[in-house]
Amino acid sequence: MSGGLLINWRIAKSVQSGFGDPLLLYKGVNMRKLATIIFFLWGINALLCASHLFTVSDVPWDDGKALQIEWKVPADTIYLQKADSLGAWTTIYAGSQSSYRDTDLNPDLVYNYRLLVPRPAFQDSMAFMAKAKPREQWFYLHKLSYLLILLAVSLAVLYYVHGARRGKDYFIRRISGLDSMDEAIGRATEKGKPILFVPGISDLDDIQTIASLTILSHLAQKAAEYDTALIVPCRFSMVLSASREVVKEAYLKAGKPDSYREDRIFYLTDDQFGYVAGIDGIMVREQPAANFFLGSFYAESLILAETGFSTGAIQTSGTAQASQLPFFVVSCDYTLIGEELFAASAYLSRDPQQLGSLKGHDFGKLLVIVFIILGVIMEIAGWHGFKAFFEGAAQ
Amino acid sequence: MKRNIPLILAFITGILVVISEFIPHRPFSMMITTLQDWFMIISGFAILLGQISLFQSNLARIKAREEGWYFYLAGLISFCLMLGFGLLWGTQEFKGLAGHGSNVQNWLGNKPFDYLFEYAYMPLSATLFSLLAFFIASAAYRAFIIRSFESNLLMITAVIVILGRTSFGGMLTSWLPENLKFWHLPNLSDFIMEFPNSAAQRAIMISAALGIIGSSLRIILGIERSYLGGDK
Repeated sequence: MSGGLLINWRIAKSVQSGFGDPLLLYKGVNMRKLATIIFFLWGINALLCASHLFTVSDVPWDDGKALQIEWKVPADTIYLQKADSLGAWTTIYAGSQSSYRDTDLNPDLVYNYRLLVPRPAFQDSMAFMAKAKPREQWFYLHKLSYLLILLAVSLAVLYYVHGARRGKDYFIRRISGLDSMDEAIGRATEKGKPILFVPGISDLDDIQTIASLTILSHLAQKAAEYDTALIVPCRFSMVLSASREVVKEAYLKAGKPDSYREDRIFYLTDDQFGYVAGIDGIMVREQPAANFFLGSFYAESLILAETGFSTGAIQTSGTAQASQLPFFVVSCDYTLIGEELFAASAYLSRDPQQLGSLKGHDFGKLLVIVFIILGVIMEIAGWHGFKAFFEGAAQ
Repeated sequence: MKRNIPLILAFITGILVVISEFIPHRPFSMMITTLQDWFMIISGFAILLGQISLFQSNLARIKAREEGWYFYLAGLISFCLMLGFGLLWGTQEFKGLAGHGSNVQNWLGNKPFDYLFEYAYMPLSATLFSLLAFFIASAAYRAFIIRSFESNLLMITAVIVILGRTSFGGMLTSWLPENLKFWHLPNLSDFIMEFPNSAAQRAIMISAALGIIGSSLRIILGIERSYLGGDK
């Protein structure tokens, strides 16, 4: 933080002119010395006052890209200026507020500010100067609640995984959308028709696409065992290469590497509706007996699901996009809602460790329920600190 | 070894990304954007893989004279045309191998790539999107058929929301006195959207977020390996 310097030229000039005579004496007092002392004391006072009137400080607990500027000057309009690298002043704020946050700054660089307060009565302005340096911190304090919840859920997941490793058996509720997977594959096998798997329209950096690929791995293994064709159209090249790898490994695992056909897993287009048109075409031409729409979906969800419905295929969908779920629920036979998509791989693998991690999710849900109830009680009681603590993470 | 290296990389990267979410200091503050840049670079190279796949799968179907092979041919021709026009005369402000093609521009009123984009691609894309209106109608018809208590509730709610969002709905209940304004259809519709609907959506979002935490942990710790193709 740096204080400011008050420069009032008019007062300074008036003091100088009033006591201009070097030998002016009044009742034995040297008026020149008196004026010097008064002026000196006024200067000290002005400096002390100014350091409180205009302050620039580093925003705490941030990435060193912001400075908080505050002033306590009674004025209708003030002008806040910042010096650029050449020292030229640019007005960054004009108005009547008493603070301003300068953002998008570079850490560890000194920034100079000037506050101009117009004084219409004297036809001039008072100027306050201050400077400060934004610094990077080692923790985002407003994300503390976020970190605590993450740690609690992570520890719960690890605890249950550890329990599963030691042989503890956990009850996991049935997920009909996943139980039906065998039914869908069986139906496709009986009819001699292929299975269509759509891994969503997001790239590999979306966790929903990763979750989708983990399900594809299980599905491909089953399809390989039953010798049923599997079609996987992809929207992104990265998803294409990952899907090919996943399916190839699944066929190897099923002991049928020769049945793997790379041309069944192909790239269509990056364009959203072009991709939908391509999949619709596949559904109409090849008439798959089972469609799986698992991953991230947007406006195209209903177009896909309704076309699939019109072909009479058994359809399973799953997404974490809350706004698309109603469309899937209406048009598909089974829908994985939200977390069920992420739990699918663990559920299908029946691996005790993975099933243990699902109990960690349940602990997280319990924690959220407790927090919601506590939050409601505290808000009703007028204690807003609890809500504010959690709201900080949303900043 | 083939499986261990990706697992170690996933572990280190996952932990670093989680840590950098809470530490604003360098180098952690730059880590996420750096990794995103890396992803973009790798994606850029992978685009070629996609184009090769597109050519291979379409050519194979055309050669085998599969049912509807001419659609695949049309797709390939469209792809080649756009690529060729883009390479020759560029797009909007960018010039191609043959410059800006002022003669062609004078004739078409636009660069060939932009012309096709605006007058072929855009209408086709809009046509497909507009199908949504018809699909919503057919899906809504199926959803609102009264078969059970739940579907009955769904239909009543949907009727209130649909009517509340139209001027006709507002007109229907405009005669209600001030103390019964809550039952005015637009107000009732707003209430349903703001409270029960938001509550249900948030429940799904919270559970999905917990699922993401669990799923990410499984991947970071190497418990979940099926995205790599297998367990061993």
